[in-house]
Amino acid sequence: MAEKILLKGNEAIAISAIRNGIDGYFGYPITPQSEVMETLMKERPWLTTGMVVLQAESETSSINMVYGGAASGKKVMTSSSSPGISLMCEGISYLAGAELPCVIVDCQRGGPGLGTIQPSQSDYNQVVKGGGHGDYRNIVLAPASAQDMYDFVDLGFDLAFRYRNPVVILADGIVGQMMEKVELRPEKPRRSQEEVISDAPWAAVGKPSSRERNIITSLSLEADVQEKFNHKLQEKYDLIQEKEVRYETYRVEDAEYLFVAFGCSSRICEAATDLLREEGYKVGMLRPVTLFPFPAKVVSDMADKVRSMMSIELNLGQMVDDVRLAANGKCPVGFYGRQGGNIFTPDEIAEAFKKFNNFE
Amino acid sequence: MNIEDIKKPENLVYSKTPLLTDAVMHYCPGCSHGVVHKLVAEVIEEMGIQDKTVGISPVGCSVFAYNYIDIDWQQAAHGRAPALATAVKRLNPEKYVFTYQGDGDLCSIGTAEIIHACARGENILVIFINNGIYGMTGGQMAPTTLLGMKTSTTPYGRDAKLNGFPMVIAPMIAELDGTAYITRQSVHTAAAARKAKAAIRKGLEYSVKGVGLSFVEIVATCNSGWKLSPVEANRWMVENMFPKYPIGDIKDVLKDK
Amino acid sequence: MAFKGAIDIDKEKCKGCAVCVANCPTASIQLSKMVNNKGYHYAEMVGEGCIGCSSCAIVCPDSVISVYRIKI
Repeated sequence: MAEKILLKGNEAIAISAIRNGIDGYFGYPITPQSEVMETLMKERPWLTTGMVVLQAESETSSINMVYGGAASGKKVMTSSSSPGISLMCEGISYLAGAELPCVIVDCQRGGPGLGTIQPSQSDYNQVVKGGGHGDYRNIVLAPASAQDMYDFVDLGFDLAFRYRNPVVILADGIVGQMMEKVELRPEKPRRSQEEVISDAPWAAVGKPSSRERNIITSLSLEADVQEKFNHKLQEKYDLIQEKEVRYETYRVEDAEYLFVAFGCSSRICEAATDLLREEGYKVGMLRPVTLFPFPAKVVSDMADKVRSMMSIELNLGQMVDDVRLAANGKCPVGFYGRQGGNIFTPDEIAEAFKKFNNFE
Repeated sequence: MNIEDIKKPENLVYSKTPLLTDAVMHYCPGCSHGVVHKLVAEVIEEMGIQDKTVGISPVGCSVFAYNYIDIDWQQAAHGRAPALATAVKRLNPEKYVFTYQGDGDLCSIGTAEIIHACARGENILVIFINNGIYGMTGGQMAPTTLLGMKTSTTPYGRDAKLNGFPMVIAPMIAELDGTAYITRQSVHTAAAARKAKAAIRKGLEYSVKGVGLSFVEIVATCNSGWKLSPVEANRWMVENMFPKYPIGDIKDVLKDK
Repeated sequence: MAFKGAIDIDKEKCKGCAVCVANCPTASIQLSKMVNNKGYHYAEMVGEGCIGCSSCAIVCPDSVISVYRIKI
């Protein structure tokens, strides 16, 4: 029987990083994610696994430390919350442009501006659509539980290294602060330097005479070279779209109506689905686990079967654009959301469902 | 003995280090960057640390340093080189890690990164090229531009009331306990270049001794930006830059003990 | 002890900045009246006064000068 312990989502990120042999964490305090670094500092993994943990002077610096660590082939990560992620966007664009693997945890709060410290899903557009400059994509994983937080660290690094691309774990204040049972998976040791070089032969970490020098850069002043590189990136994103879509469904087999919800919203939507089923409405739910790649084909297939869909988000309508694009007019697509740190109840969602579908 | 008799392999006393690539540098004729690149390459060759050295290049004219010195390089976002170097060094403590930054990169947009790397005592070498102007973008005012100096954004000369005062960073970071070695050098004469080379070597040597951050400022020219010939620019630098940015050691924790 | 020297200049890579000229203690280097393929008046050795001190090569931003030296 695997060991299970009670952890906050943010603590699960930290414990998972240590147990999965991550090489370095660089961060800056911000509510509601500060427990990630607090847990790491309390655990002192540099005494056990040799993991480096450093409190930087800003999010700008944190993400650039991640760039340096990633460019030397190491498994490095950071975490922050929405305003901090805004600051990191320059660095994330550089990471994407230099094709560097890393994991970034965004424990979202409400915006714009300083916004609120309470939970939100207001960074969908920023994280899924880019945020920084240039034609780049992050691979985005949306956890809905503390267990997801734990598991997505290792999955995130797996994807990051497979595709040499930044991975964002798009959590929120609820998932980060909520305490749940977490199963501790078997530990993975940190890689030896030989394994690092074998995983990342491109790493700039000292040039032996046996190879040409490695240069990590996102600069190419020649238009044709830059265009060709961007096409190469797009091919990579197409491959990710083809291979890495992850989603979960709930009671969709005979569904006539569909909720689409990610992260913490999906858990509330499950309850709303049950509530409406009890009232006789054949409702199901789709939970995209990867936001990029978005499960567009699943949404499209469902749009052929259901009478309508609703995107349920803790914002004022961000993912709904992707749902509408995927449904492509085959069924009506509605939206319900709350903002500012307010969280919808299952009853509220059920009510919005009836209103949208003219059941009242 | 005629000249051709002297030009024999056994009489060769100075030639381009193999650590410099054969790429023709994109720098303007007479640019100090070329000399500093050469000194860095020579030191790495003489220390035999090519396989243990990681350079971090900035945004600015020297963004392409990676085309010229045959070592592994990481190219940083504008001003962020010390953050990259921090992570590379902490994750690879046995390596020699240095940043190469201009005055706009280090002294303006990257002020937070350099000061905090110094405060933390990161065991890296920072090479800071101070020519008082933004070269790459076409000669705008830099934080280190002298009062009265004309640039494309101070066309009537830098005015303290309008543009503020020049930034003098070396003595500021000397106050921080995390810095080990801080020096100002130049490369306009052979004697000056030899001293600058010794300083770069000391900085790299300190970076694996765990004594803190080393900072080698090179007071340099940008003859294109200054609109002078290379030789006139060197003279102007001695007459105008040196009084504000005097050459010499500012701090050396191993020597001062 | 006295020295006699000579230099080789990769004239196609020389940008004619003349920093070497200003640094030569024996006035043994000057810019050519000719230009290279890039249009620069490249540096060239003149006369027999070179002592092989390497000053020109050390300050050359483009590392185009090799120096030879013998004791006489």
